[in-house]
Amino acid sequence: MTSFRIEGGTVLNRDDVRHFTFNGEKLSGFGGDTVASALLANGRQLVGRSFKYHRPRGILTAGAAEPNALLTIGRDGRQDPNTRATMAELFDGLEARSQNCWPNVDFDIGAVNGLLGPVLGAGFYYKTFMWPAAFWEKVYEPIIRKAAGLGRASYDPDPGSYEKCWAHCDLLVIGAGAAGLAAALTAGRAGARVIIADEGAHLGGGMIAERSIIDGKPADIFLGDVIGELIRLPNVEIKSRTTIFASYDDGVWGGVERVQKHLPDSAITPNRAMERLWRIVAKQTILATGAEERPIVFGGNDRPGVMMAGAMRTYLNAYGVAPGKRVAIFVNNDQAYDTVRDLEECGIEIAAIIDPRTCPDVGYHGSARYIAGAMVRDTAGRKGLKSITVRHDDGRDEVIAVDALAMSGGYSPIVHLACHRGAKPVWSDDHAGFMPPQDVAGLTPVGAVSGIYGIVACFNAGAQAACDALTGLGLTAQPALIGADMGRDAGLQRIMPVWSVPSARGKAFVDFQNDVSVSDIKLAMREGYDHVELAKRYTTNGMATDQGKTSNVNAIGILAENKGVSPGDIGTTTFRPFYTPVSFGALVGASKGFEFQPVRTSPLHGWAARNGAKFVETGLWYRSSWFPRDGETFWRDSVNREVLNVRTNVGICDVSTLGKIEIFGADAAAFLNRVYCNAFLKLPVGKARYGLMLREDGFIYDDGTTSCLAENHYFMTTTTALAAGVLTHLEFCAQVLWPELDVRLASATDQWAQMAIAGPKARATLAKIIDDDISNDAFPFLAAREVSMFGGRLRGRLFRISFSGELAYEIAVPAGYGDSVADAIMEAGQEFDIAPYGTEALGVMRIEKGHVTHAEINGTVTPADLGMGRMVSVKKDDFIGRVMNQREGLKDPARPALVGIKPKSPGDTFATGAHVLNIGDDVRLENDQGYVTSSCYSPNLGHAIGLALVKGGPERYGDEVVIWNGLAGTSVTGIICNPAFVDPENEKLHA
Amino acid sequence: MSSLVKCPHCGLRPREEFTIRGEVATPRPAPDAATDVWFDHVYLRDNPRGDHREYWHHAGGCRGWLVLDRNTITHDISAVVDASTLKTGTKS
Repeated sequence: MTSFRIEGGTVLNRDDVRHFTFNGEKLSGFGGDTVASALLANGRQLVGRSFKYHRPRGILTAGAAEPNALLTIGRDGRQDPNTRATMAELFDGLEARSQNCWPNVDFDIGAVNGLLGPVLGAGFYYKTFMWPAAFWEKVYEPIIRKAAGLGRASYDPDPGSYEKCWAHCDLLVIGAGAAGLAAALTAGRAGARVIIADEGAHLGGGMIAERSIIDGKPADIFLGDVIGELIRLPNVEIKSRTTIFASYDDGVWGGVERVQKHLPDSAITPNRAMERLWRIVAKQTILATGAEERPIVFGGNDRPGVMMAGAMRTYLNAYGVAPGKRVAIFVNNDQAYDTVRDLEECGIEIAAIIDPRTCPDVGYHGSARYIAGAMVRDTAGRKGLKSITVRHDDGRDEVIAVDALAMSGGYSPIVHLACHRGAKPVWSDDHAGFMPPQDVAGLTPVGAVSGIYGIVACFNAGAQAACDALTGLGLTAQPALIGADMGRDAGLQRIMPVWSVPSARGKAFVDFQNDVSVSDIKLAMREGYDHVELAKRYTTNGMATDQGKTSNVNAIGILAENKGVSPGDIGTTTFRPFYTPVSFGALVGASKGFEFQPVRTSPLHGWAARNGAKFVETGLWYRSSWFPRDGETFWRDSVNREVLNVRTNVGICDVSTLGKIEIFGADAAAFLNRVYCNAFLKLPVGKARYGLMLREDGFIYDDGTTSCLAENHYFMTTTTALAAGVLTHLEFCAQVLWPELDVRLASATDQWAQMAIAGPKARATLAKIIDDDISNDAFPFLAAREVSMFGGRLRGRLFRISFSGELAYEIAVPAGYGDSVADAIMEAGQEFDIAPYGTEALGVMRIEKGHVTHAEINGTVTPADLGMGRMVSVKKDDFIGRVMNQREGLKDPARPALVGIKPKSPGDTFATGAHVLNIGDDVRLENDQGYVTSSCYSPNLGHAIGLALVKGGPERYGDEVVIWNGLAGTSVTGIICNPAFVDPENEKLHA
Repeated sequence: MSSLVKCPHCGLRPREEFTIRGEVATPRPAPDAATDVWFDHVYLRDNPRGDHREYWHHAGGCRGWLVLDRNTITHDISAVVDASTLKTGTKS
């Protein structure tokens, strides 16, 4: 194919040749090229197929709004689908592939949809594939999804890393065109902390495509000088390749920086982020996002070779790419004539200028044929433009042979970021566009986004806007003003809106990416969907990945024109983040794989791992769940052994994950008395007590033990699950409810390694390492105090408490000593056959003993429901939950209450969650008697056991019931019993 | 939702450091208060369009409970104070 590369190109480095492939074909471009400019330079106008009709599509724009040229770039884990060729920088070795075509982009079977166009209008899928309903999921949707659609995501993991950062500044400038650069320069010279962000690789915005003289210098020299000064200012941070994609409250902006996405694999630094997600806090913000040129809606306006006039100028001047050999221009406004002049300067033949205005005075004095009062109604060419059909003002049609057409239907200010927080853009007839809202606090739109045209006018307005914004911050600045140029910069813009060409023949597209034509919008109106939000959803206009950047205002104009109202009366749809698509990688950041969430490990994690523990994730914690030994093939083999060993010898278990809270203060006892439902005021020094904490609504919140270690010093333990919740609750009570109490709280969960030593030989084991007397008389059940260990080398806290029901202690030592103390206990217990046990064995033993956990304390139970009604103090004036716990409904004797449950036939088993029914009753909700809350196999009893909440509670001990499992479809006969299956008289506890 | 909150102890901090408990409801009633008063306190909450007074907890910072006056339409925060300095919690 012929090369379309010509002289010039402000951003090109012609010494840097870069090779790439497009659909496997080897091509080359230069440093500075985008994939789009390189494809055009190589004569590739056809780059993809459209979403619905599979029509051939080319490159429409030179920027972020591109609806057509979506390519899949890269391979394997680095494959990025739906990449806009206009934004992707060319690197050496880049692989790009077309999407949505089969077998290839030149010959695409799906194009048959184009012939079905007349029946594939808006709402077609909704209307056609309604019946039979079951066919939708199995037949219609998979077929439609295969035919329609965009690129495919890779199944391989992305090898790149991503990160998130915060940044702070006085002034954030969004957009580095003329207005933005002037604002940054003004603020930078004044000493303000400035961040200037631009989505492009090259700063300058429209200036990179400028050939005129600015402030007495050629545009590229002027631009280079400005950027050079900004780089030298230490208080200005320049973020190119950074898209500000969202506006959040309080001057916080979301941005994504493409740090290494533009580099070849060989140049990627593995430990550096591919993309960086920024949250930028700005005291003031200058919105200099510019304006988007609008297409004109005429027949065949989507044919490859039809391009936005401004984009054509950018390819010409910035990238040195000629759009074609013979070009026509179809424009309705003055600005677009810059493209005419530049084409002429480059010596490209202009076949015709078609302007629907009858007497335009644009100051154009060139030699090209000029057709006023005319419009393009149709185009021809199978895979690229061959000719256009012009409808003259006298009704005559004329076919003009061209291979490229520039179009410009006016300019839509890029108002998105000004509207993300709910403000609405305002229609302006003068500008024929929606202008940004003016009253957004801390935000100043300036430049093309606010309807200012021309480089010099935008530059000076940007400089002044920065001055004004800084004044609000108490800073003084001098605007970086420049002089007028050589006459190119008229600063005047006249426009005659053309929402759609009345004489259009064939499909006239409004939304290129979603294949929405003007007839679809008219159909939506006929069917009653003429509200802008309904028309959008009915036609899908503006719902593609480009979010209608080139189509929304035209669609609004068409709705307005056909309803006979102003576009301002129609209004826009809602602007929401993200401005352009943001990769999942950037949003996920570092939170993936093992780093998906923080990991908490106990101080005894290493000890447990050395002893072969299998770990289970509980919240953020990794807890040791069982310790398999050689020959044990099934987890329950290990658990049964661990349980029996505790019941006959001694075991050691890591309980460090329990929440631990140090409580100090003269009113600490009074405080505890108010947060627990049972009495704590008279807990003596050296004693632990089991406490039940209620919620204010009278149900149980959490349980645990609290020990009095010294006067005005208490040590509370909570369940692992609610460690953070209980601390927050206590802080609320102390700070908000009773700020007059002298009490201080500190979380100590991570400061202590705590282990349970349980079993008949627990005392004998611990006596070998603890210096103090821990005989039953000296250290009885519920004793709790600091002890000396290892001949005075270490002090720890010893508690005689038991969750397993055995003679048991919990010993807490400073976290750093945990590992070696656990080893020492293992060594001391070796002669008693000590073995570690995990949370599974712990769970079996607490069920055997009838102790509750959050399986029972599930938010619906009161102390009375668990047989602990007598713990609720009747003497205390006040405590959390006191009043509401006495509600009539919570004292109903028919409430389900805690019981034990076991199978009548010892071989039967049942599952947690199974429901309890009376024998002979139908399986119906009204017959429900309760449900199993916990269940396990008891190695001590040799059969399944469980805890259950059953109507009637302990009065039903001995009753035979049905344990019904609706999920498994099974039921077994069970017997209700005392939940204390093991040692109901607590003889072991007190031994 | 506000992006930044000016904690009276820690200064301007991102909202991710905070957890929100909800409306500053009626003060905690006396134990012998009428049942209706208790039910209102425990269960009834307003969900206004406009000014809203809320408890926020600086869980990822000083762990102070704050009372925050926030507009649910504009998300503007007009005041943040340490809750312990207000008599919002318990009826005196």
